[in-house]
Amino acid sequence: MIDAIDRALIVATQDGLPLTPRPYHAVAERLGVAPEEVMRRLTAMLDSGVIRRIGAVPNHYAIGWTANGMTVWDVPDEAIDQIGPAVGALDFVTHCYRRPRALPEWPYNLFAMVHGGTREEVRDKAKVIAALLGEHCRGHDILFSSRILKKSGLRI
Amino acid sequence: MPELDAVDRRLIDQLQGGFPLVPEPYAAAAARLGLGETELLERLERLLSTRVLTRFGPMYQIERIGGAFTLAALAVPEDRYEAVAAAVNALPQVAHNYRREHALNMWFVLATETPAGILEAIARIEQATGLKVRNFPKAREYFVEMKLPVRP
Repeated sequence: MIDAIDRALIVATQDGLPLTPRPYHAVAERLGVAPEEVMRRLTAMLDSGVIRRIGAVPNHYAIGWTANGMTVWDVPDEAIDQIGPAVGALDFVTHCYRRPRALPEWPYNLFAMVHGGTREEVRDKAKVIAALLGEHCRGHDILFSSRILKKSGLRI
Repeated sequence: MPELDAVDRRLIDQLQGGFPLVPEPYAAAAARLGLGETELLERLERLLSTRVLTRFGPMYQIERIGGAFTLAALAVPEDRYEAVAAAVNALPQVAHNYRREHALNMWFVLATETPAGILEAIARIEQATGLKVRNFPKAREYFVEMKLPVRP
């Protein structure tokens, strides 16, 4: 859990850091705390995993990853936890989760996000996943994204 | 798509994490990239204003502070798509929203400060749109790594 100052720090930085030579000093001034405390608290949140990383968040489309497919798979419940990490470990998978099915219309329980320069490339990568799943693949689909409607990230 | 030169590419590839927690972090990061502080700041300003970067700063994992994420989907009638997108996007809890080619044609991530906030946000979306939200909370996370290099 976090305290009120950490929460204020998250609110002050979730949109991004100020583009000034001393950004942590600028945030500290807004919060009414010492710059050293801002840096100390951000370091602590980075160490504890509250912050995944600090840096540039690119728009995937703008850096050439124009084909994005959410590949979804129907994998037997008894096999999924064994094979899921192997799908996640493929170098072209950026997110991989087990999620509940919504039967009857949604039989898929393994979600693996795949990026490529073309849809063909994404389909080829999906074939690699299919081969890895082998007999455990009872069905699959690829949901290509056709538009980013929003990408603001977390806002508390 | 905005043109990126070799320095932009290097900057994007090398600055997706590890931004220093020191008093003058842009100067320190610029030195690692072989740039001046002012040049780095100018490039970041341009990459943000042209939407090559959506953000520059900390990426928070809300579950570590007691919050919750979920992936949810809607089957939106085509003639109402824009209005529904506006209604969904209006909620601050909607962190990302993508149009996808499927009967479930709108997929969004909800991020809330408490687990109960997810159900409240879903109820609000259902009320605002009259559509049923399919909720796909994660049961297990096998892998997450959002860094992608600039394609050559």
